[in-house]
Amino acid sequence: MIELQAVERRFQVGDEIVHGLRGVSLSIADGDYLSIMGPSGSGKSTLLNILGLLDRPDAGHYRLEGTETTTQDEEARAGLRQHHIGFVFQAFHLIPRLTAAQNIALPMTLAGVAPAQRERRVAEVLQAMGLSDRARHTPNQLSGGQRQRVAIGRAIVMQPQVLLADEPTGNLDQHSGGEVIKVLEQLNDQGITLIVVTHDPAIGARARRRIRMLDGAIESDQ
Amino acid sequence: MRTLDLISMTGGAVRGQRMRSLLTGLGIAVGIAAVVLLTAIGEGIQRFVLNEFTQFGTNLLAITPGKTGTMGMSGAVVSNVRPLSLEDADAVRALPKVRAVVPMIQGNAAVEHASRSRRTMVLGVNGEVPQVWQMHAALGRFLPQDPPRRARAYAVLGSKLRDELFGTRTPLGERIRIGGESYRVIGVMASKGQMLGFDLDDTVFIPVARAMAMFDRESLMEIDLLYTPGVRADRIAREVHTVMLRRHGEEDFTITTQDQMLDVLGSVLDVLTMAVGALGGISLLVGGVGILTIMTIAVKERTAEIGLLRALGARRRQVLSLFLAEAVLLAVLGGVAGLVVGAGGAWLLGWLIPALPTHLAWDFTLLALVVAAAIGTLAGVVPALQAARLDPVTALRDE
Repeated sequence: MIELQAVERRFQVGDEIVHGLRGVSLSIADGDYLSIMGPSGSGKSTLLNILGLLDRPDAGHYRLEGTETTTQDEEARAGLRQHHIGFVFQAFHLIPRLTAAQNIALPMTLAGVAPAQRERRVAEVLQAMGLSDRARHTPNQLSGGQRQRVAIGRAIVMQPQVLLADEPTGNLDQHSGGEVIKVLEQLNDQGITLIVVTHDPAIGARARRRIRMLDGAIESDQ
Repeated sequence: MRTLDLISMTGGAVRGQRMRSLLTGLGIAVGIAAVVLLTAIGEGIQRFVLNEFTQFGTNLLAITPGKTGTMGMSGAVVSNVRPLSLEDADAVRALPKVRAVVPMIQGNAAVEHASRSRRTMVLGVNGEVPQVWQMHAALGRFLPQDPPRRARAYAVLGSKLRDELFGTRTPLGERIRIGGESYRVIGVMASKGQMLGFDLDDTVFIPVARAMAMFDRESLMEIDLLYTPGVRADRIAREVHTVMLRRHGEEDFTITTQDQMLDVLGSVLDVLTMAVGALGGISLLVGGVGILTIMTIAVKERTAEIGLLRALGARRRQVLSLFLAEAVLLAVLGGVAGLVVGAGGAWLLGWLIPALPTHLAWDFTLLALVVAAAIGTLAGVVPALQAARLDPVTALRDE
């Protein structure tokens, strides 16, 4: 369960203060499927960064699974990110010198999970992503769609409740993009909360709940 | 994060930029190699010099007139100094642990034979020189153990003086004139070579009392004594001190044991080795700057990666240790390579130029490795802190 209450985020740009978010209130039920759309600069990414605990609101409250996060320090928020939130980025952000399996294992490696347990879980994820035969390939030996599937695998390896996808199909062709969306929706079917930020109306329209943003505020919520 | 994972991730990052890591490590390798090689040469020279000094035997103690130290009205005091006499030498010889004593005076005089003449160093000594100074006659024999005051007019030549005066002919039994007095040659010393600018072979040895008369001196310049091996130097020194003090009434003499001489020499040479080591340390410093540069670039290049690690839940401390470990690994790899090159170089140098002594100073070598790791840490701290302080949102935006 995600609850945002009157969240404000302001940025200093030169002499001006820009309002990234102005009083956004939003509550998202577990297992929901949301799309966030809107023109550039409307606050989509800022909202996603705040939801992902990468950024901190200047005012307002954010409760994740009942925990008030705005008062927590960076260490505690890193811990919440580690266990509750998965990220999928437009640019994949895979580490080029690591294999697909190692990239997927990275969150567990950082969390200090024992190698045996890690290997078991990574094998499961590779299977689920249809990448079992690509485990030892490095990112530059994989297609775009495969890379994004590795990135999704990495996002879910710690079994988070929430999956945040920022333009997950932005760097992909139509076919691979469609595949990636299908994988994400399957995960949602299995109970994960899926939040997708996108420019693509066709992808946005697939979500059960569609949010449009404009000038740092929610314009519509259907 | 597990230590093994940290090491393997760090190793992966270093391997990922093979050429760059190689060159960065090379900076440290050159520094370490320089330290190892220079200290090896320094240590070798130290051993060489100490060897030169101990070739005159160990278990030696020297008594010299006068007291080093600050005295008021030095002129007046010096005139009151009692000369070091042959009787002093006899008195210390009577001590139980003393094996042999050489009273010594040194001067310069013309040595003549037939039509040839040569100014040379004249050493007035007694028959105990071979025992105390570890010098032996190559031809004939050394001065006999005559009573000092009634010693016969015999002379023993240094090997170079013999060559100059007699060429290849045997000088034994020949008469020479030293400072106008007639002496019979009874021996020639084995060649000893030079030490600290003294040509020990361009010398003539004559009985000490005759030399004192020749140079018109009442005081010996030095009394050297050899004591039984195994006796502590400071114990002998104390006994000698007691005897001399009783004879002279005041401390107008100085006792130096060879241990003390070697100590002083050793500490001087230690400073020398340290100085050359520090010289090598400068190149180590330059290598450290190389690591600093490369790590700064690495943090810039991998900004997005740092953002990703933070998004995946990595703590600031983890990012810090990842980059710090990378810097240390580069330094240590370079250090080990430098150690191999330096040690190999020292060995090769010893093999190519046997006259130049080299000796691997292990303590310096280990120190150099520790210093390499420390330099890696120091050079890595600033870039690693930069990495740890990055804001994840900004870092992720970096492409």
